[in-house]
Amino acid sequence: MTRVAVTSVAEYIRSKNAGPFRLTLDILFRTREVYEHIKKTGQVTPDVVARLYGVSIDEITDFVFFDPGKAVKITMRRPVSSGAPGDTDVYGAQQHAPLLVIQLDLPDHLA
Amino acid sequence: MSLTVYAPLGMLGYGFPERSLEAAIERHPDVFAMDAGSTDPGPYYLGAGRSYTSREMVRRDLSLLLPAARRLGVPLIVGSAGGSGAKPHLDLTVDIVREIAASQGLAFRMAVISAEISRQVLLDALRDGRIHDFEVGRELSEDDLAACERVVGQMGVEPIIDALRSGAEVIIAGRAFDAAMAAALPIMEGLDPGLALHMGKIVECGSLVALPRTSDGVLAHVGTDSFVIEPADPEKRSTVELVAAHTLYEKSDPYRLAMPGGLIDLRASRFERVDDRSVRVSGSRFVPADQYSIKLEGAALAGYRSVCIAGARDPILIRQFDEVMDRATAKVRSDLEGRIEADAYQLRYRLYGRDGVMGPREPAPDGLPLELGVVMEVVARTQEIADTVGALLRSASLHIGYTDRIATAGNLAFPYSPAEFPAPPAYEFRVYHLMEVDDPLELFPITYETVGAA
Repeated sequence: MTRVAVTSVAEYIRSKNAGPFRLTLDILFRTREVYEHIKKTGQVTPDVVARLYGVSIDEITDFVFFDPGKAVKITMRRPVSSGAPGDTDVYGAQQHAPLLVIQLDLPDHLA
Repeated sequence: MSLTVYAPLGMLGYGFPERSLEAAIERHPDVFAMDAGSTDPGPYYLGAGRSYTSREMVRRDLSLLLPAARRLGVPLIVGSAGGSGAKPHLDLTVDIVREIAASQGLAFRMAVISAEISRQVLLDALRDGRIHDFEVGRELSEDDLAACERVVGQMGVEPIIDALRSGAEVIIAGRAFDAAMAAALPIMEGLDPGLALHMGKIVECGSLVALPRTSDGVLAHVGTDSFVIEPADPEKRSTVELVAAHTLYEKSDPYRLAMPGGLIDLRASRFERVDDRSVRVSGSRFVPADQYSIKLEGAALAGYRSVCIAGARDPILIRQFDEVMDRATAKVRSDLEGRIEADAYQLRYRLYGRDGVMGPREPAPDGLPLELGVVMEVVARTQEIADTVGALLRSASLHIGYTDRIATAGNLAFPYSPAEFPAPPAYEFRVYHLMEVDDPLELFPITYETVGAA
């Protein structure tokens, strides 16, 4: 097994609003093999994401492995709705940075 | 049976290359369908009744698309007109269409489909127990309805199909489910709704599913068992990865896409490469809901704003900035005591370089930045209060002392004079709920007119 940064095996790591009340995060993996391995080994979970964002697990509303897209998607409540006083990111497009530090254990041939 | 849908661009007003339109015309599209709206840019546009894209660019796009559709004799459908799809936005777009018709000598039958819903209709529905929360975290209240400038409902395909059946050649619709414009004709012609609606979902963003990425169009060839996506520009290519990645975009659950009247189930969907620039999609199913519901959107005025942008460069100040914010805030509140009620205004700082972008969800950053971008803002009951508090906050932040201060001439670098300025009013989404209806058409009245020479 080799430990790698998620950034080295991901095609996209992004955040965006899913409607004004939800923030959705996507990690799209470059290869199906890495995607399947991550899906199988439970290294990316709602709990992992909740901890990275410093939120309670109750804030995570959806967690999906999307096979056609080789992607894991995590959706959480926004602290404030889009554009309301106190919001920091109307589009929700710059909230993905905490995911970039994720380290993944991969079989050597996939690393 | 097969139909070709042309979605010229992802958002009316964003522009597209003329040569893509020319290439699309060669492919004999049966309809031009486009989404003009989104809640992405926030509540201001719905609340204030303003368009998100400029009149000039919308006009430019339509002045190319309208005559092209007329020449081909195919319908042109615009949904969520003006961005938010309420009355002012719809009127703006209809105005532009009439202007273009006049200047180019075009004549056609136009349908205008309204999506703004009266407060009384909404109150009745609320009192009847027909409005439900699905995402906000609280049920809708009568106060929410009273506070909203206007409320729209997202129409499904049904009103658009009604207009098509009535012979409309140009359809300008208010707020609509984003896939409805592209899906309407295929569904009307008897093609599978699951396929048609999934196709609509993909094409409504235009060429987000194609590379190279620029604002541009896509074509969808819809058959009985599948549809094929190809970019309008023959030099661009769409791939399985791009189409699948797009299915993820801006949604919570990519497998089940909720929509007026039901949902699209993608669990059996297949995405296959046709050639190096087209993708075939099959297996998507429409699952009708027991109860037809439409999504309501409404934005209420949150207050009037004053904004000040400044920079801090002194490292001692930057280290002590929490103290500056606490002391300045306390000073402003104390200065205003007995003059302006505390609940008539809210003030806040945003510190770019520290946690301006992520706010409370920023994992603790290491180290201190070289400089801080400081944005101070006030949201208040009146513009005068916002301006008054804004000026006080700026002044207090500029002068207030802090521990170990050695630069005593001023805490902040202002790029502008005046340092603070009135900003457009702040709005917030107060209605984002589902409303049960008996008839998919009942909230979306259609008016018809003959534009140009009869």
